[in-house]
Amino acid sequence: MPAVQETIEQVRKIDVDQYKYGFETKIDTVKAPKGLSEDIVRFISEKKGEPAWMLEWRLEAYRRWVNMTEPTWAKVDYPKIDFNDLYYYAAPKSTEGPKSLDEVDPELLATYEKLGIPLREREVLAGVQGARVAVDAVFDSVSVVTTFKDELKKAGVIFCSMSEAVREHPELIKKYLGSVVPQGDNFYAALNAAVFSDGSFVYVPEGVRCPMELSTYFRINEKQTGQFERTLIIAEKGSYVSYLEGCTAPMRDEHQLHAAVVELIALDDAEIKYSTVQNWYPGDKNGKGGIYNFVTKRGDCRGDRSKISWTQVETGSAITWKYPSCILRGNESRGEFYSIAVSNGWQQVDSGTKMIHLGKNSSSRIISKGIAAGHSQNTYRGLVSAHRKATGARNFTNCDSLLIGDKCGAHTVPYIEAKNNTAHFEHEATTSKISDDTLFYCRQRGLSQEEAVALVVNGFVRDVLQQLPMEFMAETQKLIGISLEGSVG
Amino acid sequence: MLEIKDLHVKLADEDREILKGLTLTIPKGEVHAIMGPNGSGKSTLAYVLAGRDGYEVTSGDILWDGESILEMEPEERAAKGVFLAFQYPMEIPGVAGFTFLRTAVNAVRKARGLPELSTPDFMKFVKAKAERLNINTDMLKRPVNVGFSGGEKKRAEILQMEVLEPTLCVLDETDSGLDIDALRIVSDGVNSMRSPERAMLVITHYQRLLNHIVPDRVHVMVDGKIRKSGDASLAKELEKSGYAEYQSKAA
Repeated sequence: MPAVQETIEQVRKIDVDQYKYGFETKIDTVKAPKGLSEDIVRFISEKKGEPAWMLEWRLEAYRRWVNMTEPTWAKVDYPKIDFNDLYYYAAPKSTEGPKSLDEVDPELLATYEKLGIPLREREVLAGVQGARVAVDAVFDSVSVVTTFKDELKKAGVIFCSMSEAVREHPELIKKYLGSVVPQGDNFYAALNAAVFSDGSFVYVPEGVRCPMELSTYFRINEKQTGQFERTLIIAEKGSYVSYLEGCTAPMRDEHQLHAAVVELIALDDAEIKYSTVQNWYPGDKNGKGGIYNFVTKRGDCRGDRSKISWTQVETGSAITWKYPSCILRGNESRGEFYSIAVSNGWQQVDSGTKMIHLGKNSSSRIISKGIAAGHSQNTYRGLVSAHRKATGARNFTNCDSLLIGDKCGAHTVPYIEAKNNTAHFEHEATTSKISDDTLFYCRQRGLSQEEAVALVVNGFVRDVLQQLPMEFMAETQKLIGISLEGSVG
Repeated sequence: MLEIKDLHVKLADEDREILKGLTLTIPKGEVHAIMGPNGSGKSTLAYVLAGRDGYEVTSGDILWDGESILEMEPEERAAKGVFLAFQYPMEIPGVAGFTFLRTAVNAVRKARGLPELSTPDFMKFVKAKAERLNINTDMLKRPVNVGFSGGEKKRAEILQMEVLEPTLCVLDETDSGLDIDALRIVSDGVNSMRSPERAMLVITHYQRLLNHIVPDRVHVMVDGKIRKSGDASLAKELEKSGYAEYQSKAA
């Protein structure tokens, strides 16, 4: 049997049921009643002890949301979501405001240990080559604990949960929250604005280079809850910050909703590097269960010569709807988008980016690598536009797709709009299959079929892997291997 | 010892027989050459030895070290010491030669019950091998075979062969597309790997390679069968007379 044929056979037998992170932690939780109404929004806001202005902001979002309809333009197919059949808030009971790690439920810590998150400081310190990572862990809906806070404080960096930021830094929240993704931006962003329960907040003062990688770990644990975290990162003039988020979820028969919003703001000469490793539960071999991931991520290069770089590795979720974008407002500002999207089983990915060039001589670069196996559908959707005033704007786009087997699909949907005649846009795209000959060549040298596929795929995504923080590169290579495990022998 | 016994092979998805009762024995320590015209089944033999998909063995057997390898996967054969130097080596974009070789060496070592080599040990190991073959390791920093000239590809194959330490080497038209210098490097590599522990099969079109690699036996293959065997002088004879007499016999 030819290798590709064999691969297809194997894909039919694919066993994503062996999802590595599929365990459930039994912890008492405090849930809001099912469904969504103004009362639920009030409930959440009250639970979090928010000031009146914050509640008003949420209610305005809710009022917009009720008049909006779900977007249907993406190449994804799923049954209609009943938004009144979901829980919008679930907090582990014992973690309302932990002061230190000792106060955190040991079972929760055990969960993170299973996930291999370096939550404890000593584990972090023992990490690769003295790499230092500060972690803000979001469990279902609230931020559990933030490590390294004190040290960051010394540098003047604020890294805390959104709830805390609302309480402690209202002036920053009022100024920046919703300034990149407004309440009524889109259906899911409006939903998030109304019910977001927690998330991370980062503020890097002028001229400060954040002394460590910042990291957030999200995990959805409770049944039928949505996770609506909201992240806001502000880099003042001349500052630099690198941020990494990782996501996992336990196995569930029913679908779970994840609708996050991330806003980045870079002022003059500032740089933000935002990396995501997303490994939400993708559903089982029949496409049952799995996370619906509807995320709005947008960065605003507000200052001149500012730079925002998105790097994402997407291997999980039943459905991914996600377009981390850059508004290149500042002159000579720069946006980058590096993406690896792996889909297997019945996963559907519709992801890409938007580069909106408004500033003069702004530039952007898009490198997207899609790998489709099994029965999955993998779409790149991207917009590159240059405003009338964005003279000298430049973009380079490269979209490559790799197919494994003959039941999957890869699609590329680029939109390009240039409203001035000095913009310079380049677009390259390729689609290829892993050939039997290549696999045979590797196997003749002693590699198993699975090792051969992992090697070829890792070669395919190399340009993007190199953009990840060092300590996550090896991990990501492994994750890609695991994600494709079902696709070969 | 390699023993090929009355081997019949057809294409898996076509009713066309390619090898029609091929019998061949190569003891360890010997280098044999197979010569034959295009379409005689030489490359098929190389692929069947290595276990490529797309062929069906309808009868006969292949024994290596007394054990039939027909049911083995390609990687199991590699672990048993079978190495095929490809006529057209594949390109693997984004994968550095070092990474590829290290993955292969460690996979084979694991299968052979040896400990894996650490990166520094591996580098030393490869550099020593490369020096012996007079091959610059710089090309191992580049992605496997991507943008390589014909000569570079073949040199890379010989280096892989040296590094993987096989006991049965099959070289499929390794001389095709080589200039005289590359031909010498490749031949020197092959000659330096001659050993009492190793059997080698050199498949070629032309006699010129056999000026550099002097075989112990030469076999003439036409239409899926060995038609004549002899010592190295048979190659010279073929150069003069060609394959015509065997072809008419086969027809």
